Amino acid sequence: MSVKVTIDGIAIDVEPGTSILNAARQIGGDIVPPAMCYYSKLKDSGGKCRTCLVKVSKGSEKDPRPMPKLVASCRTAVMDGMEVQNITSPEVIEARKGIVEILLLNHPLDCPICDQAGECDLQNLGFEHGAAKTRYEFDRRTFEKIDIGDKIQLHMTRCILCYRCVFTADQITDHRIHGILNRGDHSEISTYIHAAVDNDFSGNVIDVCPVGALTDKTFRFKNRVWFTKPVDAHRDCDHVNCNGKVTLWYKGEEVLRVTARKDQYGEVEEFICNTCRFDKKKTSDWVIEGPRKISNKSVINSNHYDFIPLPVVKTNPVLMEANKEQFERDTRL
Amino acid sequence: MARKLLLEHINVPGINTFDVYRSKGGYAAVEKALKTLTPEEVVEEVKKSGLRGRGGAGFPTGMKWSFLAKPEGVARYLVCNADESEPGTFKDRYLMTYIPHLLIEGMIVSSFALGAKVSYIYVRGEMMPQIRILEKAIAEAKNAGFLGKNILGTGYDLELYVQPGGGAYICGEETALLESLEGKRGNPRIKPPFPAIAGLYGCPTVVNNVESIAAVVPIINDGGEEYAKIGIGRSTGTKLISAGGNVKKPGVYEIDLGLPVEEFLYSDEYCGGIANGKRLKAVVAGGSSVPILPANLFFKTINNEPRLMSYESLADGGFVSGTMMGSGGFIAYDEDQCIVRNTWNFTRFYHHESCGQCSPCREGTGWMEKVLHRLEHGHGKLSDMDLLVDVSKKIEGNTICPLGDAAAWPVASAIRHFRDEFEWHVTNGAEAVTRNYGLAHYADPLPKKEEPVA
Repeated sequence: MSVKVTIDGIAIDVEPGTSILNAARQIGGDIVPPAMCYYSKLKDSGGKCRTCLVKVSKGSEKDPRPMPKLVASCRTAVMDGMEVQNITSPEVIEARKGIVEILLLNHPLDCPICDQAGECDLQNLGFEHGAAKTRYEFDRRTFEKIDIGDKIQLHMTRCILCYRCVFTADQITDHRIHGILNRGDHSEISTYIHAAVDNDFSGNVIDVCPVGALTDKTFRFKNRVWFTKPVDAHRDCDHVNCNGKVTLWYKGEEVLRVTARKDQYGEVEEFICNTCRFDKKKTSDWVIEGPRKISNKSVINSNHYDFIPLPVVKTNPVLMEANKEQFERDTRL
Repeated sequence: MARKLLLEHINVPGINTFDVYRSKGGYAAVEKALKTLTPEEVVEEVKKSGLRGRGGAGFPTGMKWSFLAKPEGVARYLVCNADESEPGTFKDRYLMTYIPHLLIEGMIVSSFALGAKVSYIYVRGEMMPQIRILEKAIAEAKNAGFLGKNILGTGYDLELYVQPGGGAYICGEETALLESLEGKRGNPRIKPPFPAIAGLYGCPTVVNNVESIAAVVPIINDGGEEYAKIGIGRSTGTKLISAGGNVKKPGVYEIDLGLPVEEFLYSDEYCGGIANGKRLKAVVAGGSSVPILPANLFFKTINNEPRLMSYESLADGGFVSGTMMGSGGFIAYDEDQCIVRNTWNFTRFYHHESCGQCSPCREGTGWMEKVLHRLEHGHGKLSDMDLLVDVSKKIEGNTICPLGDAAAWPVASAIRHFRDEFEWHVTNGAEAVTRNYGLAHYADPLPKKEEPVA
């Protein structure tokens, strides 16, 4: 039993109850709506940032009426025969452009000094959908930086209130002591009485954060992510909920940071414990699996492209000899 | 003199006590419904009456009730939305203060119709006196056997609770209200599922406005068809209007829907005209969220027909030249009021009350407020008007709950109808902080509609 949905003219059969966004991810490519707050590993997440708005031009086979408003694709389930327009609808593109401008209103745009730069969802979103200039002419809201755990720093000024870290604390850790305070554009993530977030899985809030609001204090200002080299590794972790599969980020011989493995949508494959993340920063702690494949579109790839010798080079021994040094460098770790 | 259904006995001394209310024919609807009607018949009567939700959206109440899912073995709830927070609206507070038993009676009948064993009245936290009044009324009704176990020997049990809210505007949105009632942060839920399927504690729930629930009492007493005879077209029955602003006699008035707006504003029975002999400049017809209209468009629709106080007539012309019935918060502005300042004030309210869950409303309301603040204080730019319209378009329809729309409409409509006043604030910035723009042409008769050339 599956339902048929057509997104931007591409039809696919999916399980009933799948969201439009997940159906689009099964198709893949340019038609996947961007998502800033939705996280497939976290229940009830999504619906808040509104970047994934799409137009439903045909409700279903039974009720072909279009939906009156744009809908959040991450929280709308597909119906049989539904027709969805994402990048083929000017209305959606216009709305998304507005949302990006709105998300960036109070965002400090301090990317040059932000640790998230290079792997930031908001940066990518702004690059793809935003305008070069903002029309906002007022002071942005600012907050003091606070340490919400001994290894986690919260830079609330950058936060876009996606609620992902709140859901993570609710669902991945055994108890949540941080949440949203206040209302409207002065709402903030906080622990209220400066209690320290302290449990074995708290570090995952850093990975789920779409912007640089939650950062790893063991990595802050150490390096730019595109100068580091991601390598998949694992270790035999004794924590029951952690299987120790991580990505190590090398600079030379040194492991600068450890994160969970992220897929092409920036979502972690498996959550990891704080011991793996913060304390195991020696190569000897890990069993190396090999270089992490990063999408060619990512800036992280900028210093280590896959070197594929052109056919003409491969067939010409003189050229092969001339490029020998480069092949060797590339086949090294 | 129009017929009064809700406020008939409002001037009887002691009507807020059970004994006086009972002696004036109170609780007859409970007796009639529980003893002679089945729940389905009560729902049918309400459907026949054509009663439309009085909280703002105007969705037919009977229809809403019939959508309620009725799975076996799952509790159902009725929640009364008494979180009245719309600027300009104060009808529910009036009703709860002076005639609380009407609401209790309506709650019993409605809960019976929906099969709810536990019902809640969610009252805004600031209304502490009303909460005490309602709790006293509930205790009296319970003493008299109208609440609790086995009501009037019919075997129907009902517990009624009053729950004070925290005083947030957003908790008047039904799903945010349910979250708040569950003890969580009052953030609206993402729909679907609608409360009729999964509402309070995940059970099927109906959320109704105070006035809608109170209106069930005369519907059951007189019959749905009798109620439907009052009013005009699909706007049936009577409606409480909270008249405020620069009118001679502000207050809560019960009107038959379909009353001409001119009569409502100028007749001595209702508002009694504009205070201090001034002229009308603009009207907000249904609480701060609805589009504001200049005087000329308010009295006459764009087709030069007289406008009536009804859902359809007020909405005539759509958002281009019409407005909405909303929750009945009628605000009149005389010639000395500044529309820019008023728009800024409304936007300041929405900025303060936005829950901050979804981005367009969280950031957009603050942006609009800052731009309007600049305009009001004479530092604006001529491009600001287009900017405001554009921002309001980016918010409208793109948010989780209707608060985004409610924040966008007043700004968009004020600029649509009062653009020259906004422009005057820019071009005469220094003058704008010392005096108001005045009436200008906003009360002039509408231009004659051009006859199509045959």
